[in-house]
Amino acid sequence: MKFQLQRHGWMLVLAGWLFFSTSQADELRIAVASNFAPVLEQLAADFQKSSGHAVVLSAGATGKLYTQISSGAPFDLFFAADNDKPAKLVTEHKAVAGTVYTYALGQLVLWSTTLNLGANAQVILKAGDFRHLAIASPSLAPYGMAAQQVLEKLQLWQPLQTKLVQGENIAQTLQFIESGNAELGFIALAQWLALPAQQRGTSWQIPAELHAPITQDAVILKDGTAARAFMAFIKSAAAKAAITKAGYALP
Amino acid sequence: MLNAADLTALSLTLQLAAITTGILLLIGTPLAWWLAHSRWRFRFILETCIALPLVLPPTVLGFYLLQMLGPRGWLGSLIHDFGGEPLAFTFEGLLFGSVIYSLPFVVQPLQDTFQSMGRRPLEIAATLRAGPIDSFFNVVIPMARAGYITAAMLGFAHTLGEFGVVLMLGGNIPGETRVLSIAIYDHVERLEYAQAHVLAGGMLLLSFCLLLTVYSLRGRLRLVRL
Repeated sequence: MKFQLQRHGWMLVLAGWLFFSTSQADELRIAVASNFAPVLEQLAADFQKSSGHAVVLSAGATGKLYTQISSGAPFDLFFAADNDKPAKLVTEHKAVAGTVYTYALGQLVLWSTTLNLGANAQVILKAGDFRHLAIASPSLAPYGMAAQQVLEKLQLWQPLQTKLVQGENIAQTLQFIESGNAELGFIALAQWLALPAQQRGTSWQIPAELHAPITQDAVILKDGTAARAFMAFIKSAAAKAAITKAGYALP
Repeated sequence: MLNAADLTALSLTLQLAAITTGILLLIGTPLAWWLAHSRWRFRFILETCIALPLVLPPTVLGFYLLQMLGPRGWLGSLIHDFGGEPLAFTFEGLLFGSVIYSLPFVVQPLQDTFQSMGRRPLEIAATLRAGPIDSFFNVVIPMARAGYITAAMLGFAHTLGEFGVVLMLGGNIPGETRVLSIAIYDHVERLEYAQAHVLAGGMLLLSFCLLLTVYSLRGRLRLVRL
């Protein structure tokens, strides 16, 4: 018996640590789409200061977070990069009905570190004198879908097929362009604004009418006063100002 | 059952794995031979570098390759200066990444085989007046058969399963860089579980058979010791 205890003593310690560390925690857990994570991090810090509720963020791709949440991941709130995943969670009874809120509209920008875009962007796209145009995967990422719509509107989707390279998500798309492997590509305005000034190169902010709105919805997954308070905070004028400053539009 | 795009991904993956394995056996043989017989004090540094892909997350490798191969990266600009085409988002680029990624899986079994074989067979061959090249092809390779089969199988299987590197370096271009693991990932992300099952199940079966061959050979093809 003594031998057994020695052998499994570490498990007792581990179990004890797990028990105490979880019983203390009553923090707010938020799943957030990667593109919005930096902004939400700042907002969460402000919220923590004013309300006293601790906030823990988990950033990831919206689709992946959706799969995790529908398999029972312990999040209180979900900030998605689209509007159909939160709606789906509500119909699946995995989210609280009536709490869906559009916290931001994504804006798209065509970015290059080598070409001189600006006023010439459409001419450059039409001329097609580049090896690679990077977009996020249209079937996986809302910003990729929007990029496809822009190219279709400009009647360039078919002609540019051979030059398209797809990032799995919008962060990877940025990497393709930043490393110079793709001469230009579509990323989120918020990502572009977050770049250091000397890396911003040239860009063309895509007019909103060229694609369907990139509606980013949030929803409460587990109801509670802290979750409600955070949602109210996101709807406040101060939070809205921070969100538009970061490069998002509001509905 | 499989659509055209999946079949393209399948054939692309098999080509990638086969060519990678071929290149690795060519590079791996002299490298493993040297590692097995060198008495250089700092040999372990090279061994460490070769083993790195075993422990590094493939995305780290893919990330560095992407930076290195870009027009501003040292290798990318070197290739450009010699008039070569940029490697990122091409089949050749994936090949380059795969060779690095699967290197330890080929070098280590070969090195083990050569080490346990020792220098003795070559010395005996030399006393029979066999030249070094003659004895390498007629003595070393036949004796190291099990090592070669293991190395080839492991290199092939590991390249089949490559994901992180191609995700970072490939750009998901059908017929060029969209390999099986990326196709599976896409299906899963789009919640197309039926197609994902077909591909993933096939991959599981193929990998199982390859490893089964490796482990069954372990018992049967014992190294001949002199």
